[in-house]
Amino acid sequence: MLKQMEGSRAVAEAVALCRPEVICAYPISPQTHIVEALGEMVKDGSLTNSEFINVESEFAAMSVAIGASAAGARSYTATASQGLLYMVEAVYNASGLGLPIVMTVANRAIGAPINIWNDHSDALSQRDSGWLQLFAETNQEALDLHIQAFRLAEELSLPIMVCMDGFILTHAYERVDMPTQEQVDAYLPPYSPRQVLDPAEPVSIGAMVGPEAFMEVRYLAHAKQMEALTLIPAYAAEFKAVFGRDSGGLLHTYSTEDAETIIIAMGSVLGTIKDVIDEMRQGDNGGHKIGVLGITCFRPFPLAGVAAALQHCKRFVVLEKSLAIGIGGIVATNVRMAVTGMGLKGYTVIAGLGGRAITKKSLHAVFRKAEMDNIDPVTFLDLDWKVVNNQLEREKAHRKSGPVAEALLRDVGVVAARNY
Amino acid sequence: MSFQPVKFYQTGTFTVGNRLLPPEERSVQSSDKRFNSINSGHRACQGCGEALGARYAIDAAMEATNGQVIAANATGCLEVFSTPYPETSWQIPWIHSLFGNTAAVATGIAAALKVKGQTQTRVVAQGGDGGTTDIGFGCLSGMFERNDDVLYICYDNGGYMNTGVQRSSATPSAARTSTTPAVGSAPGNVFGQGKFLPAIALAHDIPYVATATVADLRDLEAKVRRAMEIRGARYIHILVPCPLGWGTAAHDTIRMARLAKETGTFPVFEAEYGEIKSVLAIRHPLPVEDYLKPQKRYAHLFGKQPKVDVIAHLQAQADRNIKRYGLLEQGTR
Repeated sequence: MLKQMEGSRAVAEAVALCRPEVICAYPISPQTHIVEALGEMVKDGSLTNSEFINVESEFAAMSVAIGASAAGARSYTATASQGLLYMVEAVYNASGLGLPIVMTVANRAIGAPINIWNDHSDALSQRDSGWLQLFAETNQEALDLHIQAFRLAEELSLPIMVCMDGFILTHAYERVDMPTQEQVDAYLPPYSPRQVLDPAEPVSIGAMVGPEAFMEVRYLAHAKQMEALTLIPAYAAEFKAVFGRDSGGLLHTYSTEDAETIIIAMGSVLGTIKDVIDEMRQGDNGGHKIGVLGITCFRPFPLAGVAAALQHCKRFVVLEKSLAIGIGGIVATNVRMAVTGMGLKGYTVIAGLGGRAITKKSLHAVFRKAEMDNIDPVTFLDLDWKVVNNQLEREKAHRKSGPVAEALLRDVGVVAARNY
Repeated sequence: MSFQPVKFYQTGTFTVGNRLLPPEERSVQSSDKRFNSINSGHRACQGCGEALGARYAIDAAMEATNGQVIAANATGCLEVFSTPYPETSWQIPWIHSLFGNTAAVATGIAAALKVKGQTQTRVVAQGGDGGTTDIGFGCLSGMFERNDDVLYICYDNGGYMNTGVQRSSATPSAARTSTTPAVGSAPGNVFGQGKFLPAIALAHDIPYVATATVADLRDLEAKVRRAMEIRGARYIHILVPCPLGWGTAAHDTIRMARLAKETGTFPVFEAEYGEIKSVLAIRHPLPVEDYLKPQKRYAHLFGKQPKVDVIAHLQAQADRNIKRYGLLEQGTR
């Protein structure tokens, strides 16, 4: 059924259709609307057989989900940014214990300086946590990915993060096609755990494992993620059969058939990039052989799929909302692993950190330069060099130059968003 | 042979007259039908108070629920010595997740049981004093405040014994640990720091809070039984001497727990909804020296020049407990 609604509401309704049995809620922007909506559904009785628990921290949110999942309940929570970092110990524990928890990450920057706006630093900091990570391009895909995530998680006995851009998706009102309960029930069977805490069949879960078997445990976690590379496209295909929509999968290409330059990105920015690519191919100054590769599944990383998508191009540009400080890109590093030995030119464009707008104008400029191999290997899109250089000079001149963020804002002269 | 009513304690001794009691009044531990929830063969030290406390408490909980207990366990001695892969001593469904999240994991289990309608199965969370009063305190307070249907048991041995006897917020004043060494002008743990978690639990106004020691088996079992009759958040804080950390003989574990109670150092009481209902009265008042002297962690207080002022300070703490909780008032229990 077509509806006009906020992204958070759409995700909350989709999660409710998945019949979650335990929902843990702790507020953090920009995720909060999702758990608020679920809390209302539980309280007004529209979502039954579900315990909604207001916990005292994200660490507790994930821990309650761990206990509930281990006792056989379908468990869900949502978080972002500092909240995800606060629960990290439990995040690793959930995957180590093989508990199929589904968590929405409403992607947001990490402080300091504190910043509530969107980038991918939070989820990507957890890339090695053993969780599967799926990135939604649109609100429709965010909604759909949650339904697929519960099925995947429970089949693999692994937890999944569904990542959606904070504010850009979570707070955007868009048309979505909301499935019916019958459709979701047909696609998603009830949770049948592989291991469960049950007095009738007592088991010890979470025992200590020494050097004699720890590596094997870790290898098996890796092997399961490799299995997911087959399962994810298969479940996306089944999803299409039930719901009539292409959603999910490992990755998506757009106008790559004859492309010499392929832009690689994740999440909502793919929409803006596709618009720019359309303009560069059509328009008055068209004719550019440029395409897009959107990565939906970041963990497991589809090495073979990325290599196949890039096999006929000359260069790729990874445009990412994340920065591996001290080396460059995070997504780019993964992509380079996929193209080892292919002899491609590759560039990393760091963009949109802390919610900086990624405009079509800037993308046009940077893509055109990239086509001519005229950009730095690691390029920072729309970086204010004047402000940066001022600060660098200041630090050379004075050892005690004060807090960096304050100094920069004073130079910029504003504390609110700028126009680019 | 018929049974005749007897005084619970034989006059002049601490011997529990278990064998003279009718079978239905005997302790859970005295029955050959006890569950042995934590079975023999684990790797606890000789004389481990925590192993004893856990066996008493969980067996009593199993008895009270007819074997319907799921346990969540914090990282620590109890977790490490009971479950070295691939062995486990636990005869009950048991999960270890992390050091600081045990109360929250238990909340999750209780929520799952509720939503599945399996309310006959009860949840017990357990951890040492480090996992409870320090790193696990946030999750514990959250569980209390929400009044989740969990019994949390803290086995308090006054320090991080698993990692080599470091100070916790439950380490008593003046005690030597590896992070409060017996050196300098004020050797051992500082006065005026630390917390008595049972009092903090009381402040949450939860349905049930109790303290106990491994020296009073029947009292401990009765408190677990009472706790299992109640729904909502419950807390039992059990003093469990640690021969390694306290520097006491393995065969003195019960004696040390009893001395802690008899000197007033560790008050034993029971409370419902924030109100203290009963205390276990001191039977033979003793000076704190009797409790301190056998412990090497207080050795720096004695020797050639006893630290009289420090001992007096510890005696004052015990006297304060005696007054605050009415430990010398007879007929309270």
